[in-house]
Amino acid sequence: MQRAIEIANGAAVPLEAIPFLRPELFGQWLIAAVRAGARIMALFGKESDAGGVDVFGVLGLPQFSKLALARTNLKASYTAFTPRCPAVHCFERELYEQFWHLGLKPEGHPWLKPIRFEPAQGAEKAPEIGGTDFFEVQGEEIHEVAVGPVHAGVIEPGHFRFQCYGENVLHLEISLGYQHRGIEQALLRALAPRRLRMVETVAGDTTVGHTWAYCGVLEALSDARVPERATLLRAVALELERLANHTGDLGALAGDVGYLPTMSYCGRLRGDFLNMSALMCGSRFSRGLLEPGGVAFDLDDALCATLRERLDAAVRDVEGAVGLLWHTPSALARFEMTGAIEAQTAREIGLVGPAARASRLDLDSRRDFPLPGLGATDVAVNTCITGDVYSRAHVRLLEIRESAAAIRRWLERLPAGPIAVETGPWAPSHLAVAVVEGWRGEICHAGITDASGRLARYKIVDPSFHNWFGLALALREQQISDFPLCNKSFNLSYCGHDL
Amino acid sequence: MFYAIYERLRQKHRTVPFPKSEPVLPERFRGRPLVKRERCAAGCATCLAVCPTGALQATKDGPRIDLGRCLFCGACGRACPAGTVEFTRDYRLATRRREDLLVHDQTLRLAEALETRTRRLFGRSLKLRQVSAAGCNACEADLNVLTTVVFDLQRFGIEFVASPRHADGVCVTGPVSENMREALLKTYDAVPDPKLVIAVGSCAIAGGPFAGLPAVHNGATNILPVDLFVPGCPPHPYTTLDGLLRLLGRRPEVKRDDGRGRR
Repeated sequence: MQRAIEIANGAAVPLEAIPFLRPELFGQWLIAAVRAGARIMALFGKESDAGGVDVFGVLGLPQFSKLALARTNLKASYTAFTPRCPAVHCFERELYEQFWHLGLKPEGHPWLKPIRFEPAQGAEKAPEIGGTDFFEVQGEEIHEVAVGPVHAGVIEPGHFRFQCYGENVLHLEISLGYQHRGIEQALLRALAPRRLRMVETVAGDTTVGHTWAYCGVLEALSDARVPERATLLRAVALELERLANHTGDLGALAGDVGYLPTMSYCGRLRGDFLNMSALMCGSRFSRGLLEPGGVAFDLDDALCATLRERLDAAVRDVEGAVGLLWHTPSALARFEMTGAIEAQTAREIGLVGPAARASRLDLDSRRDFPLPGLGATDVAVNTCITGDVYSRAHVRLLEIRESAAAIRRWLERLPAGPIAVETGPWAPSHLAVAVVEGWRGEICHAGITDASGRLARYKIVDPSFHNWFGLALALREQQISDFPLCNKSFNLSYCGHDL
Repeated sequence: MFYAIYERLRQKHRTVPFPKSEPVLPERFRGRPLVKRERCAAGCATCLAVCPTGALQATKDGPRIDLGRCLFCGACGRACPAGTVEFTRDYRLATRRREDLLVHDQTLRLAEALETRTRRLFGRSLKLRQVSAAGCNACEADLNVLTTVVFDLQRFGIEFVASPRHADGVCVTGPVSENMREALLKTYDAVPDPKLVIAVGSCAIAGGPFAGLPAVHNGATNILPVDLFVPGCPPHPYTTLDGLLRLLGRRPEVKRDDGRGRR
């Protein structure tokens, strides 16, 4: 029997075409595929009409540029996959949190704690936020440092517990959920205009990434072909988002080690990139630019020229600002050997995005799973080898160069034509998946329709969901004062995780 | 060393001359909407259907926009066949009262300065503790931008501080999730009296796109006594800065520019 069905990124498939596996077989498929180089993109449940929970697995097979799908039904406790496949550790916690009331429990899961303190699906009452038994290190000179949910800066909330021996961090536990808004559930009930605005704010700094994934799902479900011009305008907006955030983070990293020139320059330059997005659509965060079927704003020749001109100037200034940092040994010394993650660990826990590429993992959805209308060679992938803060910073600089070059190329060959098409009704009883490489990494959205063609389940996986555990591991055996630096080098989304 | 000096010269002086001169915003920027009721055709409800948050409301005298709920997506302006709603590039949007955010014509009652006593206290030094309560990081990011060299918030004596004990008020973003409610209240309680509450962004004012969801509280308005409402999704940094300066009575009315601008 076929174990999984393979589809392209941004495609839909009838539910009955997805192989239905027994739980043991499903686990074997998952674990074997990951050992053979597949990535866990999503693993999520949906309450089944026939009882229990239908669990869907979405794997990425980079060597074939395909997504593999399979499903199973879990009614009671089952043997957890996590001990044999750590990359699903958060997904199984999520399944348990959402469906424990239906009897589902991953037995033998080593870390079965609430993931975002949300009520079980259909229930009202959530566990009290932060109420979990935190991991504790015992010993006479061990002390514990608790930080958050409200942090020192202008930043989203989350709770961090450090187990320390002197300045040395033995373990960091990250407990999130403070940002939980209930987006996935709300999307099923909301009307189209509101749905779009909710998706734009899944992670507000990744508006283009998430909205593109959402549009990709709906376009697959309604079999709409997005015009080439619209696809390239989306691609331009996505890279502008990457440029703004990478630049901002490089500045913030410099600030965290007290190197102010780069911090000041990059703080300004980040805004310059945001203003380029505003040039395109009026919003610094690209709100209102993407919509199912295409984009809402076009670029004429004059705007393209202005955009190119501003892009060139800003990228030149970023090179200068970051060059300063790269020429300052005392600042660099703080980056090197701080918060390192081995390639092996990165692969095992399923790290994505620049953090993964900094640890030698050669993965990028833009190349591995190109969206409809885009080519695999549009953007080159850069990796680094040391996996420390320096690598995570350096990868970003390389990506800034690459993104700027890609935008220039796309603006050169922007084809004439419409910028949007009508999207029709959605195919009933289908599953659609779209994967977009946001600036933090792989964004995966999956939508399931019911027999009447309405959304029955919508799953959002922000790259932060994969990467928060990476930050926890990066802190091991580091100084507690390295936390801001390590944190910024990942710069993960709280609300993208908490949804 | 030479490189640092060379780069410093090359990066130039970048702080904007605001508020001495007016900023120029992008052509497509959507700021304060004008509602031209006389154009509205009876029985037409096109705009109401496209509004994502119900910010656009039908009253017996015609349409009205609640800027507290508006996401400035511009959908109503594009949908209306008669051009009843028109988004201008006016970035000045902050008000002192929730009801002032209801726009039914072409005027908007902007924020007035604080009362003399509080103004004397905070006018030249205002320290704020920012609390993100399920904010999506867009409002937070554009608050952070105010502290960069471009806006240089500190030159006005306004600063974001780490401890609520050092603060004169809280600046709230996000729709206030149930999971953040207690932390927000505790932070507020830790700020010494007299204190201000500033709600930044449509989420913090009325819940934004998340209004009515069981996991959120429709913003800070229902939880804390808000002194300044800054609409937008997210508000442009100039909108926030203008609001803060108005609150402190440091924004003498300047003559409006002609609406032209740098592209």
